[in-house]
Amino acid sequence: MRTLHAEWTKFRTVRGWVLGAVGAMLASVLFLLVGTASSNEHPQRATALSAGPGGGAVNDSFYFVHRALSGDGGITVPVTALTGVLADPAGAGTAGGPGGTTSGVTPWSKAGILVKQSLGQGSSYAAMTVTGAHGVRMQDDFTHDRAGLPGSPSTAEPRWLRLVRTGGTVTGYDSTDGERWTEVGTARLPESATTVQVGLFVAAPAAVRASGGGSSSPATATGSFGRVTLSGSWGQAAGGWQGLQVGDDAGTSGSYTPGTSGGWTTTGEGFTVTGAGDIAPVVGGPALGPAFTVETFLVGTFVGLIMLTVVAVQFVTAEYRRGLLGQTLASTPHRGRMLLAKAAVVATVAFAVGAAAAAVSIPLGELRARATHFAVLTVPTAVQTRAVLGTGLLLAATAVLSLALGVVLRRSVTAITAVVAATVLPYLLAFGGMLPSGPAEWLLRLTPAAGFAVQQTLPRYDQVLTVYAPSSGYFPLSPWGGLAVLGVWSALALAAATVLLRRRDA
Amino acid sequence: MRDDVGIELAGLRKRFGETQALDGMTFTVRPGRVTGFVGPNGAGKSTTMRVVLGLDTPDAGHALVGGRSYRSLRSPLTRLGSLLDAGALQPSRTARNHLLWLARSQGLPARRVDQVLEQVGLAGAARRRAGGFSLGMRQRLGIAAALLGDPPALMLDEPFNGLDPEGIRWIRGLLASLAAEGRAVLVSSHLMGELEDVADHLVVVGRGRVVADTGVRELLAGVAAGRVTLRTSAPLVAAEALSGTGAAVQVTGPETLGITGLPGEAIVARLTAAAVPFAELSTHRATLEEAYLALTGDAVQYRSADAAAGVER
Repeated sequence: MRTLHAEWTKFRTVRGWVLGAVGAMLASVLFLLVGTASSNEHPQRATALSAGPGGGAVNDSFYFVHRALSGDGGITVPVTALTGVLADPAGAGTAGGPGGTTSGVTPWSKAGILVKQSLGQGSSYAAMTVTGAHGVRMQDDFTHDRAGLPGSPSTAEPRWLRLVRTGGTVTGYDSTDGERWTEVGTARLPESATTVQVGLFVAAPAAVRASGGGSSSPATATGSFGRVTLSGSWGQAAGGWQGLQVGDDAGTSGSYTPGTSGGWTTTGEGFTVTGAGDIAPVVGGPALGPAFTVETFLVGTFVGLIMLTVVAVQFVTAEYRRGLLGQTLASTPHRGRMLLAKAAVVATVAFAVGAAAAAVSIPLGELRARATHFAVLTVPTAVQTRAVLGTGLLLAATAVLSLALGVVLRRSVTAITAVVAATVLPYLLAFGGMLPSGPAEWLLRLTPAAGFAVQQTLPRYDQVLTVYAPSSGYFPLSPWGGLAVLGVWSALALAAATVLLRRRDA
Repeated sequence: MRDDVGIELAGLRKRFGETQALDGMTFTVRPGRVTGFVGPNGAGKSTTMRVVLGLDTPDAGHALVGGRSYRSLRSPLTRLGSLLDAGALQPSRTARNHLLWLARSQGLPARRVDQVLEQVGLAGAARRRAGGFSLGMRQRLGIAAALLGDPPALMLDEPFNGLDPEGIRWIRGLLASLAAEGRAVLVSSHLMGELEDVADHLVVVGRGRVVADTGVRELLAGVAAGRVTLRTSAPLVAAEALSGTGAAVQVTGPETLGITGLPGEAIVARLTAAAVPFAELSTHRATLEEAYLALTGDAVQYRSADAAAGVER
């Protein structure tokens, strides 16, 4: 405790270090303001993204043939086909040329049945659906996805889907013959929703290509349904079924292929429904468009990190340079304890600077986004809190790494260069688009720059296709996993510094 | 000597590359007196002190402060106060804050900082940046740091460096009073003259080991073979008259001769007998400096060479 008190006194009594820490915070925020100075040239894209029940941004765009259900009830339908039309990517050299189309479905195109709390964007739901390439799925509330029967439907081998609502619970079943049913899963709907919208839906997320940094092109899907069987207390609305385009035609998940549009027709006892878009969480990558993410607002972190590195390195190298280390060790002969105290001081300061800078940057960035007509990819509060605290931990771990390298190398310039080369450089290389995806990912797995992953708020979902690569802002490691890699580097450096400090003559 | 005071060094050896900096350094600093630690630059004085403080690890031997190794002390500054390098300061930190972090490291109150600042005469400069201090003020600040823990033992490396005569007088008085309070005080210097009138005991070192470990009085007595200065208008005649007596005669000026090996009375008798006129004959007491030179006769010859090699750290 005494040693900690002494090292803290040392830190706070050198004005340059205190100013450096405060400056690191201000510089981070300033960098954000510079980075968000330009205005969106497409104000029509400025609409805020909807948030789902979990708080994250969602796409809620699809074609819905629906009617109201009050109380308990169920819907059963066979799906006999899922086909689609894909837009040719511009300049792809296919027969149609730019603007042309080919037939095909995207892997997560959906045709199925839906129980939705309301027609409002982002409302709670449960769905049983046939997909383009992932068999039957049960999905609910945008983020949950369970596998049902494999394979694609056909007239000979339809996929039977059933959703049953009992109180606040919706249970999904699938079947190949409409007689033997298998339960796929259950989902909760808010108890308050007495009347819900139930019906057939079709959606088709955009086709995604990873090449050239990632791009996407519109897709439309058409589902063929057989006879619909209902049970329970259904609304007596005139005509029964109503068709509706839910959400924009141009959500971040995709839009209608040229020459197509959403709609429905009855075919005998069944229905044919055409739709585009997706019911899914918003992810980063080519489909996201001109939206800001929390990561965008934290872009100034690396500037603050460089400044804190300088401060943390100086905190020990200044003692070498001035011959002050002798006095420090004469007052605290236990060298390991002295180094731990120093590390605790720089880590605490760096954590406070990082967390404060992030806590200021995020709301400030949202204000800037609104002013410059950019959409903001909202994330759940817990994720945002993790990004804020994680930024603090990221800087704290980097400060410890800096201090330790300062002890090992004993020279400010060398130590600062080493830290910047190990953290900021890989980060900029990986995200600056200068490296192909493979090497970029390895940099972000192995170097201390992996720690920046803790700032990632862009979600990753198996049921949403995009380019999950650094070029789209995706780290190869999970947020805490990436931070752990940096933590291991810092711990190793601190251990090496302790050994050297003990072994060397001061 | 009580076990819990004083500094004890036994058989310290330390090699830096090609240089044997310490070569069996052994001596004891006893409480209640000022021990001068003298030797040419490069003799191993600073290295010895760094080993005592646990900053450098000796290849062999041990150093004990109050019977314990320094690195095992819980609040070392309350056992041994030291000044190694007065320039070791963070220039932008104020004098008071420099002492404050040292006080915090020992669990001492901030009040103690103000006391020692007062004691060394820096109270007025307490809130000035130490980087702007003169060498003399830095020495005072370094001494304040050494006094901070009110330790029973003190170790000061070249505290007279850069001080004006008033400062030197002040340190001498301070050292004497610290010893009078029963503290063990070790003060190093490469100039014997600086320790004149303040050291009670001397440890003279050369080439990393102790050349002499003696009381100042005994040392002076040992070099008592008096030296006589003779002032005469006829130095050559006088030298002639003294030849054959066993005395060594040197011409030290146009009218002065330096004579050793013959008592003053015998010289007077000889000169009178030979009717050599002389204006003055003075016998003088050996100075500490002369005693030191006599002890380190050969040490002086390598002094420049070793100093150039940068042995003293």
